Amino acid sequence: MEITHDFTKVDEILTSYGMQQAYLIAIMQDIQTEYHYLPKEILEYISEKLELSIAKVYSVATFYENFSLEPKGKYILRICDGTACHVRKSIPILERLRKELNLSAHKTTTDDMLFTLETVSCLGACGLAPVMTLNDTVHPAMTPDKAMELLTSIRENDSVDSLETASSSNDMKETGGKNNE
Amino acid sequence: MSKGIMYIDDMRVPFDGEKNVLSVIRKAGIDIPTFCYYSELSVYGACRMCVVENEWGSIEASCSMIPKDGMKIRTNTAKLQKHRKMILELLLSSHCRDCTTCEKNGKCKLQELALRLGINRVRFQDTRETIELDTSSPAIVRNNNKCILCGDCVRVCDEIQGMGILDFVHRGSNLQVMPAFNRKLSETKCINCGQCAAVCPTGAITIKQDIDRVWDAIFDPTKHVVVQIAPAVRVAIGEEFGLKAGDNVIGKLVTALKRIGFDEVFDTTLGADLTVMEEANEFLERFEKSENLPLFTSCCPAWVRYVEMNKPELLPHISSCKSPMEMFAAVLKEHYKSIQDTLKKEAIVVAIMPCTAKKYEAAREEFLRDNVPDVDYVITTQELSTMIKQSGLIFRELENNATDMPFGMGSGAGVIFGATGGVAEAVIRRCYSKKTSATLKDLEFCGVRGMSALKEATVLINNHEIKIAVVHGLHNAQLLLEEIESGNVQYDLVEVMACPGGCIGGAGQPFGLANKKVKRADGLYSADRLSQVKSSEENPMVLSLYDGLLKDKAHSLLHVNYTDR
Repeated sequence: MEITHDFTKVDEILTSYGMQQAYLIAIMQDIQTEYHYLPKEILEYISEKLELSIAKVYSVATFYENFSLEPKGKYILRICDGTACHVRKSIPILERLRKELNLSAHKTTTDDMLFTLETVSCLGACGLAPVMTLNDTVHPAMTPDKAMELLTSIRENDSVDSLETASSSNDMKETGGKNNE
Repeated sequence: MSKGIMYIDDMRVPFDGEKNVLSVIRKAGIDIPTFCYYSELSVYGACRMCVVENEWGSIEASCSMIPKDGMKIRTNTAKLQKHRKMILELLLSSHCRDCTTCEKNGKCKLQELALRLGINRVRFQDTRETIELDTSSPAIVRNNNKCILCGDCVRVCDEIQGMGILDFVHRGSNLQVMPAFNRKLSETKCINCGQCAAVCPTGAITIKQDIDRVWDAIFDPTKHVVVQIAPAVRVAIGEEFGLKAGDNVIGKLVTALKRIGFDEVFDTTLGADLTVMEEANEFLERFEKSENLPLFTSCCPAWVRYVEMNKPELLPHISSCKSPMEMFAAVLKEHYKSIQDTLKKEAIVVAIMPCTAKKYEAAREEFLRDNVPDVDYVITTQELSTMIKQSGLIFRELENNATDMPFGMGSGAGVIFGATGGVAEAVIRRCYSKKTSATLKDLEFCGVRGMSALKEATVLINNHEIKIAVVHGLHNAQLLLEEIESGNVQYDLVEVMACPGGCIGGAGQPFGLANKKVKRADGLYSADRLSQVKSSEENPMVLSLYDGLLKDKAHSLLHVNYTDR
């Protein structure tokens, strides 16, 4: 986890917000989009640049459920557990995936950093319940079996991908999109 | 500034510029309860204890209400009583309630209000998991099991001290106050000033206690235990025994310490005199060469730690003088080493300080010789008051006694070290070549005294204008540093004390707001007025030290070099 970060991207983000403290949340959102989580070193870096105490930055980062301080997997699976999805049996999907990926409520990311599995309170797509997202793509009317199929296809595509583009950067959104085609 | 008349419980109460209804209520003689309100901090409105009912029956927190002409409020109604009791019951339900063994027992606001409001039962179970204590800091202990989330520590650390070490983390039922990444305090840039502990209404943040270790030393027949008392202690400790803030009780203190069992009792004021001698020389030397100006004072260990960690480029500007406590301790240890053959006991130096950062300073490696610290134990004013109570002494009735020789005499210049501006004034006194009472009087009014955030003065020494700045409260110091760095202002001598008011407002003192600090400062200035010796170099003890013990050793015993951390 202790990677030394190249701060050029962070500097770009900070500059795009004019280095203003008031944009702390927006800055952290952009950082999370870039790194899929908020790395400690980067939080320290922006606290210094924005002249905010690190305790304040950490306070804001932990206040919002959407910010993550833990590294996330390449593929982020979110099972909606809002009321509509819950009554349409979202939990069995979650349990099946957890069993398959060897994850739990406390351990949400696989050791190979490929998958992160979490629940969300409501995706606002109740008509499609039970809903699950893979990175930014929505998968409607899921069942445990369909979820397993999805998992298998991601795994297959990912191994092909990594063989083909072993050295290219892994733009998550694109990879995620590909898998859904 | 708004003016008008309010009606509080049907009483007509005029207001004139009060920031909030709470202050008007208190002015009307009603002690409305709060946990999170301090006039010196921003209004937070977290604890909801100060709720009042308006004429339409709705309930608001008076700390966040602006007084308006004709406003009618009630402070004690059935609804309010029910509300306050419920809030308190809920606070208590998620609070570790081991009052009898709590550091804050008897001084806890939560305990006090539970008694006042008549909480005789807590219906709800505490279901939270126990949170581990943070005992990593040499000065401060954090126990989040006792935190009521009032945010006082967060605001004092940020607004007054400009450090922002603590903040709220997570939210809702998981909310906690902690440093970033749940680090231990010792892993943060905490300067150990202890102001968070001073404002904490409960036992969530307390000062690390060293009382037991001091008792052990006192009761150990192989040890010769001596004690030094810092200037600020004498004008505050009386408050713990029903005396007024500012009452100088040094005479009673000496008696109490002797009765407790200390072998010899000395006054840190002599250490302050040595600091004045060394710092004045250092200043004049630098001033002549215009080298590394401004010179920043180094008496305050919290300030020194701040510079080391945040502004290492300023280190050459920090005076190389040890603090009075460390100078005096070095002298004492040297003295007992020289008489070791006749003493045949191990000398233990205890320091009674208004300060929590002194606990950290005493343990610094710079002040260890052969792995033994010059100051073995530091206890705060409050800890000493506990020891006095433990001994069963009736403090108010103790007779006066004088400190022991040969280190028992300090000058007026040394005594005023305890108040903001004191160090600067004492150093300038030393630099003045002609010390008539008129020139000293001029100095008194030159502007270094008082409680303004930043004090500036220009004095004439040997026909040179010397520009002085005095700041207290680390946030004020940071603002001043910005000005100095940007070149907007220029000074020759800058005194910095991390705590508001200087040492008299240290976190080891009994808790007091600005009005108490003013009285404590007055107490020190009147001790100065009454003292026969006004200036450090006129103190015969100082002279005999330089002729004797300190001969050829002054530099090694009295100076130190701080480094980038």
